[in-house]
Amino acid sequence: MISSLTAEKLACTRGDRKLFDGLSFRVSAGQALAVEGANGAGKTSLLRMLAGFLAPAAGRIVLKSAQAEIHESEERGKAIGWLGHQDGLKPQLTVREQLDFFARLHGAPAEAGVLKQVGLERQAELPCRYLSAGQRRRLALARLLASDRPVWLLDEPFAALDASGQALVAQLMARHCGHGGIIIAATHEPLGLGNESLKL
Amino acid sequence: MQFLFRYANPANFMRLSGAVLPFTAIGAALALATGLYLSFSVPPDYQQGATVKILFLHVPAATMAMGVYVAIAICSFLSLVWRHPLSDTAARAAAPLGAMFTVVGLITGALWGKPMWGTYWVWDGRLTSFLLLLFIYLGYMALWNAIEDEVRAARAAAILALVGAVNIPIIKFSVEWWNTLHQGETITTGKLASVYVAPLLTMMLGYALLFVTLWMMRIRTAILERRARNLMQGAAS
Amino acid sequence: MSPFVTLLTRDLRLAARSGGGAALALSFFALVATLVPLGVGADLKLLARVAGGILWVGAVLSALLSLDRLFQGDYEDGSLEIIALSPLALEAAALAKIAAHWLSTGLPLTLLSPLLALMFNLDPASTLTLFLSLLIGTPAVSAVGAIGASLTLSLKRGGLILPLIVLPLLAPAVIFGAGAVAQVQDGLAGGGGLGALGLLAAFSFAAVLLSPFAAAYSVRLNLDG
Repeated sequence: MISSLTAEKLACTRGDRKLFDGLSFRVSAGQALAVEGANGAGKTSLLRMLAGFLAPAAGRIVLKSAQAEIHESEERGKAIGWLGHQDGLKPQLTVREQLDFFARLHGAPAEAGVLKQVGLERQAELPCRYLSAGQRRRLALARLLASDRPVWLLDEPFAALDASGQALVAQLMARHCGHGGIIIAATHEPLGLGNESLKL
Repeated sequence: MQFLFRYANPANFMRLSGAVLPFTAIGAALALATGLYLSFSVPPDYQQGATVKILFLHVPAATMAMGVYVAIAICSFLSLVWRHPLSDTAARAAAPLGAMFTVVGLITGALWGKPMWGTYWVWDGRLTSFLLLLFIYLGYMALWNAIEDEVRAARAAAILALVGAVNIPIIKFSVEWWNTLHQGETITTGKLASVYVAPLLTMMLGYALLFVTLWMMRIRTAILERRARNLMQGAAS
Repeated sequence: MSPFVTLLTRDLRLAARSGGGAALALSFFALVATLVPLGVGADLKLLARVAGGILWVGAVLSALLSLDRLFQGDYEDGSLEIIALSPLALEAAALAKIAAHWLSTGLPLTLLSPLLALMFNLDPASTLTLFLSLLIGTPAVSAVGAIGASLTLSLKRGGLILPLIVLPLLAPAVIFGAGAVAQVQDGLAGGGGLGALGLLAAFSFAAVLLSPFAAAYSVRLNLDG
């Protein structure tokens, strides 16, 4: 279990442009952090940095678990559930195959109820090419649940979803925090988790 | 390494190279002039006749073609390990020069081949290796040009350069193996008579100085180009 | 099923479902083999003489056809990020993708080669050598190709530049592969033919061993954006 995620004086440059500098925050188990800011302010870059895709120009990121402190980005990646802009879906695979692939890639077959939780049980045998944007997003959420990671990094989690989809995201996030998970989400809308927010 | 980096900072490089450049340029001109003069004044070879003089152009070009690749590989290694932008600029600037030396090596090789073999191109082991080297240079430059994001292009090119550095000796070995398999003709210059050593070494020095001069000029141009671009971007916003 | 096998089977499934998997590469291979006699004439002696080289070059070109998509599809749709965060190391993921590419192109091309060799009037011993050399050598094509694919994964038109990068690096595979056939044809089968196959095996082994590291390194650099 991860007890906290700490960012210390992070800086990010893209090319010659400085996106942010001296950024520090700490999120503890059961908490959520909303990252807000205009387009191009560096929200996605911050998430990619936390996930370990992007090396910080300065500063460091530390994950604390009960046993140890994790500094290595590679190790950190193993604690992270990622919901990016793209859903990672192949048009040729069915919903069930796609979910199964992601789950097995993370070590275990997907639990039977996951598709039902996101409201896709009737689409299980449908190839992903026929899914609507909202349904694709729901499948990505199912993948996030199946990967069973303590730290969720969500890039615009409400995007492309209708009202019931957004309610679903809110419910899943609340449950994740309730179970002691950590959420950091780049968003334009309030997360509704009584969370703190960070303006970039 | 710290010592190296101080001089590898673009501003310092501009200063240092600016001071050195006139000397290398004059040195290159002198060495090449002397080398050419010596080349024409030595007696013709008893076997090859006057054709031997092409070798004074060919051998240094072939050496430089390989040498420049080694320089690119070293710069690429520095760039990947220490993420130093100047080594990327240096690697990129060297590539067209290396390709040029390779082309010179190929053309002079072909010109030498016409009187020796009776045909411009034979699938000689060395010529074939250099033809492949030329394609490696072309692929390297194409990769640089194809990727728009400069940082990414630099890293991809650096990886390719190192993969090539590992592979080039294998390619060379395989081509030599192939050459014996098919009993092709080989450039066998034998032992070079001692009168030819002086012009050859002088030409070698001239080529090397010419490369250093052009390389520095190209790096300087790249640095200035980037500065100009930054200024224009700054002016726009 | 381990994560490695999971990725391998998914890539195989994707290859089978899009564009008929190996069918495209096989057709291309057969087409090259058909055009050559049309170009150089139907002299069976001549065809037997050039068969090893032509079929090797044809196999390499056919295998390259599908290589540019090796990482590109996963990069574009975001799968690569998820794979990067999974317990499967990127090096292992690259190896899984190389294996999948070989199983879906290199191996079928190898299996087709005896039929094409027959059309080129290649004798049985040489045909067997050609088959073995392709079996040993085509993994190197997938492996070295994977490096090229990882370097060009962010390019819209990576398919154009990939061959330029990869083909010179594959010269040793063509030389040793076609060389093995030539040695058998020249009656050097005893030590010589085996020698070429041995060199080819060494090249192939080194390529499969090292290229996952280069490809993974390059993929990591590309995620950095």
